[in-house]
Amino acid sequence: MAVATNNDALLEVRNLKKYFPVTKGLILMKTIGYVQAVDGISFSIKQGETVGLVGESGCGKTTTSKLLLRLENPTEGDILLEGRDINTFRGAELQDYRTTVQAVFQDPWSSLSPRMRVRDIVSEPLVVNRNVTTQEKNERVAEVLQQVGLHAQQATNYPHEFSGGQRQRIAVASALVSYPKLIVLDEPVSALDVSIRAQVMNLLKDLQEQYNVSYLLIAHNLATVRYMAHETAVMYLGQIVEYAETEELYNNALHPYTRALFSAALPSHPDLIREDIVLQGEVPSPINPPSGCRFHPRCPFAMPQCSEEAPVEKEVSPGHRVSCHLY
Amino acid sequence: MAAVTTTPEVAAPSTPQRENRLVSGLRVARELPVIPLLVLILLLAIPAIFANQLAPHSQRIGVLDDAKLPPFWISESFEERMVVQRADRNRLDVEIGLSNAQRKVERGEATILVGGEDGEVNPGDTLRFQARKGGSMEYPLGTDKQGRDILSRIMHGARISLMVSSLAILLGGGLGTLLGMLAAYRGGKTDSIIMRIVDIKLAFPSILLALVLVAAIGAGFTTVIVVIAVLLWARYARVVRGEALAIKQQDFIDRARVSGASNARIMMRHIFPNLVNTVVVLATLEVGHVIILESTLSFLGAGIPAPTPAWGVMVADGRDLITTAWWIFLFPCLAIVLTVLSMNLLGDWLRDKLDPKLRNI
Amino acid sequence: MTAVQTATDTILEVNDLKTYIFTRAATVKAVDGISFNLRKGETLGIVGESGCGKTMTALSLLRLVPKPAGRIVEGEIVLNGEDILQKSEDEMRDVRGRQISMILQDPQTSLNPVFTIGNQLREALGIAHRENKSSMLSRAVDALRKVNVAAPERRLDDYPHQMSGGMKQRVVGAIAMSCEPGVIIADEPTTALDVTIQLQYLRLLKEIQAETGLAIIFITHDFGVVARMCDRVAVMYAGRIIEQGDVRDIFSRPAHPYTQALINSVPKLEQSVDRLYSIDGQPPLLSNLPEGCRFAPRCPYVSDQCYEAYPQSYTLNEGHYADCWALDADWQGTPIEEFVPPTGTAG
Ligand SMILES: Nc1ncnc2c1ncn2[C@@H]1O[C@H](COP(=O)(O)OP(=O)(O)OP(=O)(O)O)[C@@H](O)[C@H]1O
Ligand SMILES: Nc1ncnc2c1ncn2[C@@H]1O[C@H](COP(=O)(O)OP(=O)(O)O)[C@@H](O)[C@H]1O
Ligand code: SF4
Ligand code: SF4
Ligand SMILES: [Mg+2]
Ligand SMILES: [Mg+2]
Repeated sequence: MAVATNNDALLEVRNLKKYFPVTKGLILMKTIGYVQAVDGISFSIKQGETVGLVGESGCGKTTTSKLLLRLENPTEGDILLEGRDINTFRGAELQDYRTTVQAVFQDPWSSLSPRMRVRDIVSEPLVVNRNVTTQEKNERVAEVLQQVGLHAQQATNYPHEFSGGQRQRIAVASALVSYPKLIVLDEPVSALDVSIRAQVMNLLKDLQEQYNVSYLLIAHNLATVRYMAHETAVMYLGQIVEYAETEELYNNALHPYTRALFSAALPSHPDLIREDIVLQGEVPSPINPPSGCRFHPRCPFAMPQCSEEAPVEKEVSPGHRVSCHLY
Repeated sequence: MAAVTTTPEVAAPSTPQRENRLVSGLRVARELPVIPLLVLILLLAIPAIFANQLAPHSQRIGVLDDAKLPPFWISESFEERMVVQRADRNRLDVEIGLSNAQRKVERGEATILVGGEDGEVNPGDTLRFQARKGGSMEYPLGTDKQGRDILSRIMHGARISLMVSSLAILLGGGLGTLLGMLAAYRGGKTDSIIMRIVDIKLAFPSILLALVLVAAIGAGFTTVIVVIAVLLWARYARVVRGEALAIKQQDFIDRARVSGASNARIMMRHIFPNLVNTVVVLATLEVGHVIILESTLSFLGAGIPAPTPAWGVMVADGRDLITTAWWIFLFPCLAIVLTVLSMNLLGDWLRDKLDPKLRNI
Repeated sequence: MTAVQTATDTILEVNDLKTYIFTRAATVKAVDGISFNLRKGETLGIVGESGCGKTMTALSLLRLVPKPAGRIVEGEIVLNGEDILQKSEDEMRDVRGRQISMILQDPQTSLNPVFTIGNQLREALGIAHRENKSSMLSRAVDALRKVNVAAPERRLDDYPHQMSGGMKQRVVGAIAMSCEPGVIIADEPTTALDVTIQLQYLRLLKEIQAETGLAIIFITHDFGVVARMCDRVAVMYAGRIIEQGDVRDIFSRPAHPYTQALINSVPKLEQSVDRLYSIDGQPPLLSNLPEGCRFAPRCPYVSDQCYEAYPQSYTLNEGHYADCWALDADWQGTPIEEFVPPTGTAG
């Protein structure tokens, strides 16, 4: 793979693949094919920066995050944290990894145990991985609750006593409690109300500045990614089709799919409607993805070679990579 | 602490929340299903706990002379004549002839209408009694064919029913919950195997299975509990598995895994507390089921051995006398029906109350 | 109050509509005195945060408020010149579907999973046209073709689960439009869809509107959808419309502090923003509304007056109204552009 090994990268993903078997039958479970949820993606996340991952639903964003969180095992490829392969971690190393990499999920209603008090929810990453006294635990919980804009006294409440935005703050507090270096944010604001979204996004940005934590931000809203991310990767059917610094990507999108996404994104003012590329049809099934360039059945620029040959990733300008026969 | 510029939210939840809890607590109290609860307390709880103190008679030993007495309100008054054989002044003596009538006089249930001519009772006099035949407050619900007080036996039976159902549900429910949770959480082969056993179990006619089991281990109190537990666990496993599968999908399980929680911790700390409602509701609904099962087993002679007054045994006892002494059969039956019905009403109510979706309103 | 212009092309006029939900614990004032009107061929956007009463407004317009807890307690809904609140339930059945219809948020649950879509379409069409089976078939095919479903003949035998979300939402649209109503209420029809599919759907609605002169009430929480779709906008907050006006007025010269804050708190696709404005706190409970202005606890311009009485409605421009005391005290005659709140929250 043509990925320059980055020295200041906190986390590096190399040619990562995850295929889910499609099975038939109740007991014997015959495999009849594979869902190619993630198919050979590479990127890296620098210390204190945010990488945004955008794409339509089913393109493999959540699967990627699950691989990073070791909730799933990759079919192929490596994930390196500070140069060490996370899939070789066992025992103490794994515990260490669990405190280093944390997550905030999309739905604040389902991501907090309804039967646990805020204190126990927030402190769980500490309690299961380190030996902490009750006093240390309570102090740390009070501290992170204040950092996310909640009151320390609220530690004894149950999640149902909080609003969606507050619950997402609790989730952020829990992710912060073990001094992580990387937090995976899977659609952290899309379930929240418009007026609450800005609160949570600003909080996340502030925390990043304060503690130099890195984020992998998964989102389908391009404007959110523009606001939060330093670098952005565009995914389509399990592959990264374009990768660049956020400003570069938003000013100079190259891949036809990226441009179609930008066209489809809704304007922030009625005079800014620009729909140069309107895609027809829907994302094909990842079980039997199209041959050649996976985007060719929907691509308005498709050429004969596109259906036969998969495009190779090219670096068109420093840090701007794109996989398309046009470049 | 280096505070980040965040926006502390205005809501100060403690006091209003407390108040709300109080208000909703009161509301819950007002909505309590009063009648089922009363029935359960009067019919099941109090008798079960205080059977020894409250029961007027022994539950095992009867007075053969009093066999098959009807309940108290069924009695008729009639006139009886008898000849006094021995008398001591004004007191009637034991050997008045019909001991039955004599006892009645002693108890004040029969009155002497006509005494000796000179106001004294002498041997050889013929007395005329106004007596009552049939039930009395001595045996409010009548007696069975061995002269045992039905009320006392129902009270002691309540204790048996309560013990059998709680132990059987604890055993069967516990096992089912554990297996259901395991199946849902582990998935794959474990799930397939457990659920196939559940299917097989549920495909078996339960009474047949119970009879086979009793035949194998022999009747007795413990056997009944074990057998009922075996009949129960599969239903628990199935319901709990469904519920646990839904819980497992929720993000907080993934969050716990990301935090490094062990499987045991996830099952006990994250999944189980969310199942408690379901398990409790199921248990309440199952009490009815268990009482019927226990009764059926006893009725079929495969339950708790005879002298112990299980409700099912009592029903079985009364069945051949149903045309002549219907009360022997009817009252234990009523006890079963009322208990089961009340338990189900209570279970329904609990289910509505404990459903978190409804509770938040 | 606003002088409602009763032009002949007004198809729907809502005056001071109040819909309350009476629960055991409290009265939820889900819709608390809203007024607007809608012209033929126009798209009115109703924006607001969740729980502010958008869906209840929509259900009120169809007289489908959940019974018995919910009730329309006051107001007028004049549809095609008749107040539908005066109609009997039987008469309403003729109004629903034929004069006014609705597309719901979740395509997964608005189709019946056990019937084919052909079946469900024919049922809807049957109510509209009362014709025989064979001509119904061609009508169903036409209806699907109208919503851009490819190979509609083959699709008729599909069950809902065999279709993608976007396809299902189109079928729902076809059913809603089967009786050619004059007004369609679309309640967040695209929130469950992907961006590229959402765009296809929005364009389709616009096309149908251009062809048929349909009036659309578009309910959403997404200002992008409003900018893309709507001619006029009504911004709802806690059961009231706090500002309404032409879409360009609302986006370029929002007058109400809440509208301004909302627009400023949405990240922009077209430009990078250093820091988003964010509104502290959260909306009030509709069961426990504050006296006076409902936005007062969160408003940066709040004054004593705001806590005392609900603000008057001020006309800022032809058809542009906002309910805010600050407009009276300080801002009469002042260019509204200056009324943009500072970016960033006061720490
Ligand atoms: N456990 C699984 N078994 C089989 N297929 C799966 C599994 N998890 C995900 N997939 C499939 O992999 C593909 C990528 O899924 P993923 O959840 O990563 O998408 P996503 O980009 O996060 O979408 P969304 O925006 O809807 O969350 C989808 O086609 C999905 O159906
Ligand atoms: N059946 C109901 N019972 C009680 N409250 C309800 C009911 N339906 C809606 N509400 C309340 O009415 C308010 C407005 O709801 P809705 O119109 O659905 O909001 P929106 O569509 O803007 O998200 C909310 O506070 C909601 O909780
Ligand atoms: S490779 Fe061809 S089909 Fe693929 S995006 Fe480029 S032009 Fe389109
Ligand atoms: S009336 Fe007062 S509180 Fe309400 S929006 Fe206007 S200035 Fe703010
Ligand atoms: Mg996802
Ligand atoms: Mg709604």
